[in-house]
Parts: sequence; C-alpha cells; structure tokens
Amino acid sequence: MSEAAMTQTDIDVAIQLIGMHKWYGEFHVLKDINLTVERGEKIVVCGPSGSGKSTMIRCINRLEEHQQGQIIVDGIELTNDVKKIDEIRREVGMVFQHFNLFPHLTVLENCTLAPIWVRKTPKAEAEATAMKFLERVKIPEQAMKYPGQLSGGQQQRVAIARSLCMNPRIMLFDEPTSALDPEMISEVLDTMISLAEEGMTMICVTHEMGFAKTVADRVLFMDAGEIIEQAPPQEFFENPQSERTQLFLSQILHNG
Amino acid sequence: MTAEAADLEVAKINKFRDPRIRAIFYQILVIVLIVGFVAYVGHNTAVNLEKRGIASGFNFLSQPAGFGIGIVLLMDFDSQTSTHLDVLLIGIINTLAVSISGIFLATIIGFIFGVLRLSKNWVVNKIAAVYIEVIRNIPLLVQLMFWYFAVLSVLPLVGDSMSIGNNFFVNNRGVNFPAMIPSTGFWLIPVALLVAIVASVLVRNWAHKRQDLTGQIFPVFWVCLGLIIVLPVIASLIMGNPFTMSYPEFGRFSITGGWSLEPEFLALLLGLSIYTGAFIAEIVRSGINAVSHGQTEAAHSLGIRPGLTTRLVILPQALRVIVPPLTSQYLNLTKNSSLATAIGYADITALFAGTSLNQTGQAIECIMITMLFYLSISLLISMFMNWYNKRIALVER
Ligand SMILES: Nc1ncnc2c1ncn2[C@@H]1O[C@H](COP(=O)(O)OP(=O)(O)OP(=O)(O)O)[C@@H](O)[C@H]1O
Ligand SMILES: [Mg+2]
Repeated sequence: MSEAAMTQTDIDVAIQLIGMHKWYGEFHVLKDINLTVERGEKIVVCGPSGSGKSTMIRCINRLEEHQQGQIIVDGIELTNDVKKIDEIRREVGMVFQHFNLFPHLTVLENCTLAPIWVRKTPKAEAEATAMKFLERVKIPEQAMKYPGQLSGGQQQRVAIARSLCMNPRIMLFDEPTSALDPEMISEVLDTMISLAEEGMTMICVTHEMGFAKTVADRVLFMDAGEIIEQAPPQEFFENPQSERTQLFLSQILHNG
Repeated sequence: MTAEAADLEVAKINKFRDPRIRAIFYQILVIVLIVGFVAYVGHNTAVNLEKRGIASGFNFLSQPAGFGIGIVLLMDFDSQTSTHLDVLLIGIINTLAVSISGIFLATIIGFIFGVLRLSKNWVVNKIAAVYIEVIRNIPLLVQLMFWYFAVLSVLPLVGDSMSIGNNFFVNNRGVNFPAMIPSTGFWLIPVALLVAIVASVLVRNWAHKRQDLTGQIFPVFWVCLGLIIVLPVIASLIMGNPFTMSYPEFGRFSITGGWSLEPEFLALLLGLSIYTGAFIAEIVRSGINAVSHGQTEAAHSLGIRPGLTTRLVILPQALRVIVPPLTSQYLNLTKNSSLATAIGYADITALFAGTSLNQTGQAIECIMITMLFYLSISLLISMFMNWYNKRIALVER
C-alpha cells in the first residue's frame, strides 16, 4: 500500500522510544522504556494486566502524554506541537479493543470521514478507497449498514479498514480480539496476518500466542511498567530468560 | 349439559383469554366510561349555569374590556374601545414573547454552563456546579419574586437612573435603550436579510458539493455570517439609512423616547431562563458524557482535530440524548411562564384567565380558551422537536 513511499525514505526506523517515562499523578506507569521498531517490523507486546502495555502504545500517537524521554515516529519527535501531533496521527493507525466505530455513521461513512475532513480527499475517491479496503477485510456488502447492525468480528474488521483508509505507515493494535467471541477471533487475526504479510509496520498488544508465533519479528514482555524481555518468538516461547516471563507464559499457556 | 354446549362454553372462555380480544374489550369499555363521564359533567354544568342565570357562549369576546394593560406589544390597546378578544390576543402575544425569548436564552445559558461543567479547570467547573445546584433547588416562584422584588424593584428611581454610556439607562422601571424607527425605504433592509439567508443556504449546498468533488473545505459558517451582516448594511447604505434613531431622554418624571423593557418582563425572562438554563445545563452535560471517551480517541487517532471531532463525532451523538429531555424543558418553560401572575406581567393567564374572567364571569370559557392555547403551543413545540429528533436519531440493530 505505502510500499512506494517506504522505499523512498531513508529512515528505516519507524518508531523510537528513548528513556521514556510516564506517570499518572504519583503512579509511575512506564519506567525507562527504550524501544526501536524498524520499518516493516512486527512487534507483539504481552504482559499481565495493568503492566502498561496499552499506555505505552497510546503514547506513540499521543492519546497519552509522556513526561520524560523521547518518542520519535517516522523521524518526527512528539512534542506539544499540535502540528507534529497531527502529522504523526495521520501516519499511525490504531485499532481498539472495543472497536470505537462511530455509531451515527454508516460503515462507508466511518471509512471516509477522516480522508474527507483530514486529507481533503474528494468524496468519490474516498469512497472508492474505502470500498477497496472493505473488500480487503471481506465485508464490502456491509458498506451501507450502521455499526450497530454488524457482529463484533465484522465491526473490528471495519475498524481496521477505517484506519487503513488514511494510508498509515504504522498500525497499532490494542488487544483487537479480546472483546470478541471465540468464533470471530480468527477472522480478525486473518486480516491482521494479511496486513503483516504486505509489510506494514505493526505493534500489537495481544495474548494470541499463535498470532505472535506466525507473524511477530519480536515479542516484548512487559511487567510493572518495564520492558522485561524481548526476543524473536521462537526464542521467547522456548527459552524465556526472566522468571516473571516464565511465570506469565506458564499461566497463559495453561488458560489458553 | 351436552358435549356440544360444553365445547361452546370452552371456546367462549378461550376467546376471552386471547390478549387481542381482551385488549379490544377493555378499550371499548374505557371509551364508553369516558364518554359517559363527559356527558354527565357537561349536562350538569349546563343545568347549573342555567339555574344561576349565567349565559354561556363566546359573545363576551366582542364586548369592550374597559381596563388598562401594562405591557402591550405589536398592538394598539385602548381601555374604552378594545374588546376582550383584544385582551386575549395581547395575552397570547405577551406569553409568546416571554416564552420564545426565554427558550432562546435558556438554551444558550444551558449549553454554555453544561460545557463549563465538564471543564477540567477547577474554578470554572465549580462555578458551573454551584450555579446548577443552587438554581435547581429553589422553587421557580421564589426565584421570580427574587428577581422582581429583590433585584429589579430596588434599582434606583428614574431620576437617578444608572446609565451605561449616554443612551442606555437602568432604573426601577426597567431598562431604556435607543430605538430604531423605520422610515421610507426601510423595506430593503428586511429584504436584504431574507436574500442573505437564502444565499447562505445556497452557499452551504454549493460548499458541500464542492467538497464532495474536490475535497476542499469551505469556511461556510464565517461566509454566511458575513453575508447576513453585510447585505443588510449595504441595503441600509443604498437607501441612505432609512430609519431614525430615537434616543431615551429624561423628561420631568420619566424617560421618553427609545425603547424600554419593563421590570415585570425582565424579571420573568431572567427567572425563567436562568431556572430552565440550569436544567438544560445538566441535560447537556449528561448528553456529552453519554458519548464514550473511545469515540474521541478513535477520531483523534485518525488525525481529526479536537474541534472537528466535537462537530462531526461528539455533538451528533450527544444531541440524540439531549433533544428529548430538552423538549420537555421547553414545554416546562412555556407553561411556567403562567407564573407571570405573581409579579404582574400581563400574560394570557394573568390577563384573560384573570382580569377578563373576573370582569365577565365567563369562567368556563376563559379557562377553556387558556388551556387550549397552552395545549396548542405545547403540541407545536413537541411536533417540531420530534421531527428534529427523528432527523438525528440513530439506527440500531
Ligand atoms: N487514566 C488513568 N489514570 C490513572 N491510572 C491509569 C489510567 N489509565 C491507566 N492507569 C493505570 O495504569 C496502569 C497501566 O494501565 P494499562 O491500561 O496500560 O495496562 P495494560 O497493560 O494495558 O492492562 P490490560 O491488559 O488490562 O489492558 C494500570 O495500573 C492502570 O490502573
Ligand atoms: Mg490494555
């Protein structure tokens, strides 16, 4: 999709977090986060509940503000500068656990809203693009329906299509399948796998270890606001270094 | 009992167990009871009136009223020749005047304080909270008396009017300000205003089409605002300012010239809109709160700026929660305007269901007409708001 754009740039680092800290009041949520994501890399983030996974990826598109350290996305450093925040948000797509589709707009309008108002795309063109992505996530026939009329899996696929319509170079996923019934999980994961195969840079917070094994270049384990361990999936699952990782893996492998 | 008869019996019982048949039966029963009751009351009343020699009918409407009225808008009223029908019309106009301006003002106050109540700024937030809590918990009648007796009546006498600039006076007889009195050629100004409004609609449609085709966004709001201000000004210049200004001036006992707003009107308007505004603020706050924060986050993550997010995502969803209770606030305000009697504002209740009724003794007719008036206004407001609500309603599963 944006492959042409990718080869043109010299920057092959998509995201860089350098010594990043965040507090909620007194509470130290993220402690000295250092992370470099290369272009086209797929990262899976896992860790116990409350460890700061969501907070970390939400800092990348400024849904949360960090207080110390640097965040550099696509060569642009995130500061309080509204222009830069806008620029970064246009390049970074995000998919939420609870879909967050706009219930007062049709599926098609959900997908064309941002292209029309942010990228100033003519309507016909925005709709054509939207239909293209709705076909990719395999629900073009739902275009005229409202989100409330779709199943959870379908809604999440619309949410993915909606993000893709802005032609982002980076996609963030925050537990995209945890609000779904088991039989709908695979349809969403399939969409994400095909996206990964096309070379999209992705950070996914998920506990779907099968997904991590198939697509991830690196798996990150977080606990208590710190990145405890990171390794390619095979190494991560077969030979986890820290005790906390081992404990966590034994727990989710038991339950899953 | 033969077997057949027993079957019939069972069939009868079963029929009455069918909810649809039951529903029809009960509906017929209720209608019969209501019709019977109304007929009984009507007959009784007619008989009693006849016994006491009170003529019924609406002839009294064309009789001269023979009393003066404090506030007369849009009409000429003469205590000798004007009839009770004129009194009714003045009452209606006065009620509409205070209700319409009250709805307008209450909506503005309500939306401002509703949004302030959500502010992250502690001071602003608390000010809004105190306003809402204090105002909602004091009876409206007491608040009206407060504005009339405790605020507006203790303002300085006319002779010592407080003045703002040279032409704006505040005293215990109300507020005086300059008036614009049309002279020949004035007609072009309202025509220009009308043209500006039509042009604004056209500009809006054109801007939509252009955005669809080219993607460019046109500053519709500012251009239309400009049109609506500039066109009438140009019209006025073309006709050589076709109006004379009348400035309030001090006479011996009173201020003459200009326009004035009486304290009764001001007190009622302030009381109604500040009271209803507090309720509307609560409605607006909860409407905006009802839209989940996830909606804002999704819009932001797509690169949509905060202002546009409010306009395109939050407001359309909040409005569908806000409109139904807002409608009932508008109805409340209109009906509450009948408390005008307490502070002597000449609304339909005070004038027609009050003075006219006392003078003519036509209680049933006066009360009926007054009730019919409030009912029609309320139904009109409801119809309009229901239409608006349908337009913005949400499609669910
Ligand atoms: N707005 C907030 N104010 C205060 N504390 C917060 C806020 N948001 C999150 N937290 C706290 O920050 C910590 C990290 O939250 P976060 O949502 O990032 O965890 P997570 O790893 O995504 O967990 P989960 O797997 O349950 O989604 C939690 O302890 C949470 O209680
Ligand atoms: Mg989370």
